[in-house]
Amino acid sequence: MSNAVDFDPFARFRAVTRARIGLGRVGDGLPTRAVLDFQLSHARARDAVHGQADFAALRKRLAPLGVLHVRSRARDRSTYLTRPDLGRRVHPDDLATIEAGAHDVAFVIADGLSAAAVDKQAEGVLKACLKRLGDLQIAPIVLGEQARVAFGDEAGAALGARIVVVLIGERPGLSVPDSLGAYITFAPEVGRRDSERNCVSNIHADGLSHEAAADKIAWLVRQALHLGLTGVDLKEDAGANGLIGGA
Amino acid sequence: MSSYSILLSQERHVFADLKAVMAAASPPKSGDMLAGIGAETNERRVAARYVLADIPLKTFLEDLLIPYEQDEVTRLIVDSHDAAAFAPVAHMTVGAFRDWLLSYEATPEVLTALAPGLTPEMVAAVSKIMRNHDLIAVASKCRVVTGFRSTIGLPGRLSSRLQPNHPTDDPEGVAGSTLDGLLYGVGDAVIGINPATDNLEACMRLMELFDRLRQRFDIPTQSCVLTHVTTSIKAIEAGAPLDLVFQSIAGTEAANRGFGVDLAVLDEGRQAALSLNRGTVGNNVMYLETGQGSALSADAHHGVDEQTIEARAYAVARHLKPLLVNTVVGFIGPEYLYDSKQIIRAGLEDHFCGKLLGVPMGVDVCYTNHAEADQDDMDTLMFLLGNAGVNFLIAVPGADDVMLNYQSLAYHDIVSLRHHFNRPPAPEFEAWLKRMDMLDGKGRLAPTSHGAGFSRKLLDYRASA
Repeated sequence: MSNAVDFDPFARFRAVTRARIGLGRVGDGLPTRAVLDFQLSHARARDAVHGQADFAALRKRLAPLGVLHVRSRARDRSTYLTRPDLGRRVHPDDLATIEAGAHDVAFVIADGLSAAAVDKQAEGVLKACLKRLGDLQIAPIVLGEQARVAFGDEAGAALGARIVVVLIGERPGLSVPDSLGAYITFAPEVGRRDSERNCVSNIHADGLSHEAAADKIAWLVRQALHLGLTGVDLKEDAGANGLIGGA
Repeated sequence: MSSYSILLSQERHVFADLKAVMAAASPPKSGDMLAGIGAETNERRVAARYVLADIPLKTFLEDLLIPYEQDEVTRLIVDSHDAAAFAPVAHMTVGAFRDWLLSYEATPEVLTALAPGLTPEMVAAVSKIMRNHDLIAVASKCRVVTGFRSTIGLPGRLSSRLQPNHPTDDPEGVAGSTLDGLLYGVGDAVIGINPATDNLEACMRLMELFDRLRQRFDIPTQSCVLTHVTTSIKAIEAGAPLDLVFQSIAGTEAANRGFGVDLAVLDEGRQAALSLNRGTVGNNVMYLETGQGSALSADAHHGVDEQTIEARAYAVARHLKPLLVNTVVGFIGPEYLYDSKQIIRAGLEDHFCGKLLGVPMGVDVCYTNHAEADQDDMDTLMFLLGNAGVNFLIAVPGADDVMLNYQSLAYHDIVSLRHHFNRPPAPEFEAWLKRMDMLDGKGRLAPTSHGAGFSRKLLDYRASA
């Protein structure tokens, strides 16, 4: 199979799918190049899962915004991966340092399952959101370490915020290791169900742009403040499609 | 409900009830630890296995892990139990049952006759005192044969699901992955797509796409759009060319409710598909997926370990006379199955339990990027399942599902396993490959240039035309 063919019969499909089609065969196996390409993608996804978000650098880039670095109850990655309950709760020592205020919106930047997503997308999305929500009272930005979506419920409640927006690293796929998701929850408190949130997902270079994501998030925040709820009863209308796989 | 205990050296291990014995006896699973029911020490795990080995199989008919009044899956299990089929093993303990399963007496014919007499709890119990070797050896003696346009599960055959997922269901993108798979002889079990949305019109467009392709090349297989059963029923009412009704199912009434289904709506879906009468060699019209941990994830596990709950899902499956059932074993994530050791064990358990209960069992050999596993581990599991006689496996282009963001097997792997084990696809599909001149003189699907012949014709196909 090493003799080159003069055309790629899969060319017209490659334009419309990222699927690994037409890879060729060596006996019954995959060609060397395809094996290594796959391994590289998997390595990047694994590094994104097990990497540490650089919260110190993020704090500097976000200055002069007020920032709180808050840990979850999961002490390390291994605990985080096996104990989702611990990643949903704020570490008691850190909880004591959070002061409540009269805030409309709290933003939580959580590492979730992709440090790379936080490093590449979080700052851009946050700043684009703040630009659109400048008239509202914004709480100090929480940087959540080893944190899941529901971590924002406890953090948001401690801040006294009416709404919490959690920007979190999504589970990496082979093609996209750095996708960010945004979860918006009205009246955050421990025990909120997933059906009480709205989600904007697939924020990355080949997906939703930072500006487009911020449009959706800002729209949802204003609707939520107006209606007094988030979740299945807050439907996105025109211009808010693209939530495929957003559950 | 009674407690159980055993004295090992100086230490007495006490288990509050039967489900506590079952949970503690289970091989280590992160999901059981998360639920707080897994054995706290290695010694306690083995103590529970000693206890379990001495429990009579009959006990599982009386001491119900999930109460009859609370759960329709329990009622299905109890009400459909075939006492006559159970008779040959009715006197055995779990330990004696294991020994008997491995014996020469337990032939394929004997095991087939026994299946309606077994309950999921009995099968789960015996699996807990079986090593991987035992799970493979016994499963390889089980035969569960089903049919629609192809016959799945015949001895010496290996079937496959072609999974052409695409993040936006672009018709040409879906076609590209499908045609690529057909060139590897994949898809004799089903061409089955996970749609990007449950929208009825979008699902119907996909059904039509696959039906046109099948008719154009006269492919003896079936297609399935893996949407919710209620959407499939609507599609049937709207006249869509639907072959198989799909649904994810679980082992408790509450977990099934989390999926938005109950036994009544599943029956309704089956009847709707049967009414179309589209099968040619059989009328198994359901395709079902399961997986350890789904009930715990829905907080619907009743304190029962994830492997036993999974086996109960096969009672639901068995009731529906499906063409295909597979566990999506590594999809759920590391909080339920932490690493490749747990995923491989669960895959073998699920295949064994399904087969012994008479379910046409396949496996999606797969993992996510946050689990401690990689493609080498999938190689291991697929070869083990090949030895265990799995009915079918799932494959995607290059093992990379670009829509669900997880890794399964590659089309290449199906070709390789078939050649390695000398297990060709379903006979109808094999005959089709031969007619299309895809097989070489030794019956192998050998590498070819796609420049001419049938390959070229396939690749020139336009889905939107």
